Amino acid sequence: MEKVKLFATWSSPFVKRIVWALKLKNVEYEIIYEDLANKSPELLKYNPIHKKVPVLVHNEIAICESLVILEYIDETWNDVCPLLPKDPLDKAKERFWAKFGDEQVLPSFFGYVMKQGKDQEESKETTLAHLKRVEQLLSEKKFLSGESFGFLDLAFGWLAENSRPLEVITGLKLLDEDSFPNLCTWKDKFLEIPAIKESWPDQETLIAKYQEIRESKGK
Amino acid sequence: MAKNSEIKLIGTAASPFVNRVQFVLHLKSIEYEFIDENLASKSELLLKSNPVYKKVPVLIHANKPPIPESLIIIEYLDEIYPDIHPILPSDPSVRADNRFWANFIDTKFFPLFEELRRTPEKEGKEAIKKQLIEGSKLLEEAFVKFSNGKDYFGGDDVGYLDIVLGCFLGWTKFVEKHNEFKIIDEVRTPKLLEWTKRIWSHEALMDAIPRNETLMDFYMMLQINRPPRKATSS
Repeated sequence: MEKVKLFATWSSPFVKRIVWALKLKNVEYEIIYEDLANKSPELLKYNPIHKKVPVLVHNEIAICESLVILEYIDETWNDVCPLLPKDPLDKAKERFWAKFGDEQVLPSFFGYVMKQGKDQEESKETTLAHLKRVEQLLSEKKFLSGESFGFLDLAFGWLAENSRPLEVITGLKLLDEDSFPNLCTWKDKFLEIPAIKESWPDQETLIAKYQEIRESKGK
Repeated sequence: MAKNSEIKLIGTAASPFVNRVQFVLHLKSIEYEFIDENLASKSELLLKSNPVYKKVPVLIHANKPPIPESLIIIEYLDEIYPDIHPILPSDPSVRADNRFWANFIDTKFFPLFEELRRTPEKEGKEAIKKQLIEGSKLLEEAFVKFSNGKDYFGGDDVGYLDIVLGCFLGWTKFVEKHNEFKIIDEVRTPKLLEWTKRIWSHEALMDAIPRNETLMDFYMMLQINRPPRKATSS
């Protein structure tokens, strides 16, 4: 019997995409929630260099870095729900945009919503420009990965999951239907995917958590 | 055995990320056209081919959309020419481990080189040198693990991490000389040191590692366009 463990925190967007992938591929796994202020010896053993979540441990082999883990999952459980396309060029495109998402879009988006006042204003332009690029990716497609959802949708899933809770706490309309019609449609479709819907966190808890982070940064 | 494969590579000789792609093209005996880019004055072609980052390398294969990002290009080339000198291993967990270390090298190790250049104060520089040395020790351990007694990260011959790390050897030598310290040496990183000699003399790679004059020109360009930060007054 294969043993799969996932070291996680409940709110990390990098962890969530792994949970989604494992659910989509019907992989049974054990989830271990970490307190990042007090990391377990096991986490430090499996990810000694970065000491971060997520870490996937499969039959005692540790895989770190969420996009690396996603590709590992796709290659290992390759008989169910393929995530990456077969065509090398399409694969390259998805890898490029996933990297762009993690390096540019996610940090600027969270930076924007977590800041207040002048700092927030400064982040706004950059965030909107990044979101426009993602909007364009959906111009002739149902999902980021094409006709059906895949790797790139999971990579941007954090946007679908977090935009509404963050709108509630900041009062900002982040993904408005006029500026981002494609993203809004995509977001709703993504959240309807059964495996995603089942792992949807309690909105109230998510909102409370973000409120807490935002207030501590504002001080 | 060169192939006429309609491949163009937009790059500059001094960029290790470009050199990486050249390593792969040479190892797979793929003919390509090198389009030399002046990074101080970027061409329309580059700006059109990589509008998001405006950086080199960019690979253009026939009439297909251009592909930026060196690691993504390497995987693409490995997938379209899988039978000639495969770069990534086939086992998913070893592939994942290779990709993990590539990410480490690109996000934690190599950025320190630029950080070292831009840090003005001696104290700051010493701290970064220390981090580089710590990083090299981790890479030594990684080499021991991946090589498993053989000559390369890839085993008997050059593999993914040999390419991903090997492309920085020109700059490593340059930075060591310029800053009077050793990142890779016979005491702390003996296996890595031996490995560097093999890379420098590897038939498929040696021509793509830039020599000192090329790096010096590039360094001077960086000093002008992205000068070191101003020292904070004590």
